[in-house]
Amino acid sequence: MTSALWELFFKGLWITVQLMVYSAALAAVVAFGIGLSRTSRLWIVRFLSGVYVEFFRGTSALVLMFWLFFALPLLGWQLAGIWAGTLALGLSYGAYGSEIVRGALQAVPAAQREAAVALNFSPWQRLRKVLLPQAVPEMMPPFNNLLIELLKGTALASLLSIGELTFQAKLARLSTGQSAQVYGIILVLYFAVAFVVTRIMRLLERRAKASVGRAVPKGEGWFSRKLPVEKQGPEALATGGKP
Amino acid sequence: MPDILKGLWITVQATFYGSLVAFALGLVWALLLRSPSRWVTWPVSVVVEFVRNTPLLVQLFFLFFVLPTWGLTFAPLTTGVIGLGLHYSTYTSEVYRAGIDGVPPGQWEAATALSLPRRRTWTAVILPQAFRRVVPALGNYVIAMFKDTPLLAGITVADMLFQANSISATTFDYLEPITVVGILFVVISYPTSLLLRALERRLVR
Repeated sequence: MTSALWELFFKGLWITVQLMVYSAALAAVVAFGIGLSRTSRLWIVRFLSGVYVEFFRGTSALVLMFWLFFALPLLGWQLAGIWAGTLALGLSYGAYGSEIVRGALQAVPAAQREAAVALNFSPWQRLRKVLLPQAVPEMMPPFNNLLIELLKGTALASLLSIGELTFQAKLARLSTGQSAQVYGIILVLYFAVAFVVTRIMRLLERRAKASVGRAVPKGEGWFSRKLPVEKQGPEALATGGKP
Repeated sequence: MPDILKGLWITVQATFYGSLVAFALGLVWALLLRSPSRWVTWPVSVVVEFVRNTPLLVQLFFLFFVLPTWGLTFAPLTTGVIGLGLHYSTYTSEVYRAGIDGVPPGQWEAATALSLPRRRTWTAVILPQAFRRVVPALGNYVIAMFKDTPLLAGITVADMLFQANSISATTFDYLEPITVVGILFVVISYPTSLLLRALERRLVR
């Protein structure tokens, strides 16, 4: 492995991180937008957001990405590779995220909602001051999983030949012929990013929980299979990691 | 269209065999992770975490390009099934874990009281009850895997996306084939997930 090759990898890594950040931002907007719409009082809003979720969860992110990149230009829009990737990942992972938002909002005890009504809070105040502060800490562990999924999803964008990590690996493999080394290295690089992301998310989770007075015991170790939350038993079945 | 349907058949095959590998291997991981010895659980959890946290596409490339250099040459579809199965086994192991944890402790105690041997406790008491709980969750992973099969196009498996691409390459029409493939995915995975929800309601009360 020459230093030029490493430079190639790090350039790819940087684009991968950018792609992840952009699509995570879009996914967060979609997740909250759709997640909140699904709890709306108007049936048409609930219905349309439900259709959105089922559609984007039902189709494959890669096919969506191909569609945005290759088919959309024929309808008159040409997207740069990185934006097609961001849009595809953000829209489909946002659909998964919206279910997390919805689930967490519904998990807030009904009495809290009633108390907010009794205090004569407007719906917006209720959401902002009572529901979200309690729901957000609940969302953190599944969001962590989703973020890792998203990171792994960025590898799909290599097929649109934007120069992210997997694409650079392909180039490196073609020029050196050392498949095992090249793909071994980038697997480790992806793992390293995922590891850092998980650490940060667990830190955020601890903070969020502490801020609503629910301290979390520390996890058992770096590779611990146990989440540092009380997420054991049947409810873990429903999520199990991947959405 | 006939080519895409041919691709659909490959996609279904890959999903089916991939699921079999994932279900079997996931159970192996789940059982190994319950071993009392740290010398077993630690390496296994490192492997599971690693596979889980790295992209399937890269794993597929790794297998596709590296296995032949180790003297193992498989058809692309077989390589794809190995990759899909391995990747999803790390998710199914989590499902099994939750399923096994969900078996009431009294069942373990009862097995001890009957002085059943360890193996019998697992095969006759714990696993049958755990399986009931895990079926719907495993089904979700089958759908997830189904939606990940287009990645196999990257290692030249002639699945739906691969067929759509080759049609596009000859006709220069990208819109239609890819749209058809996208719609086929929704048409298949949505009813399946409805079916699973119904199953879930019946199995897990």
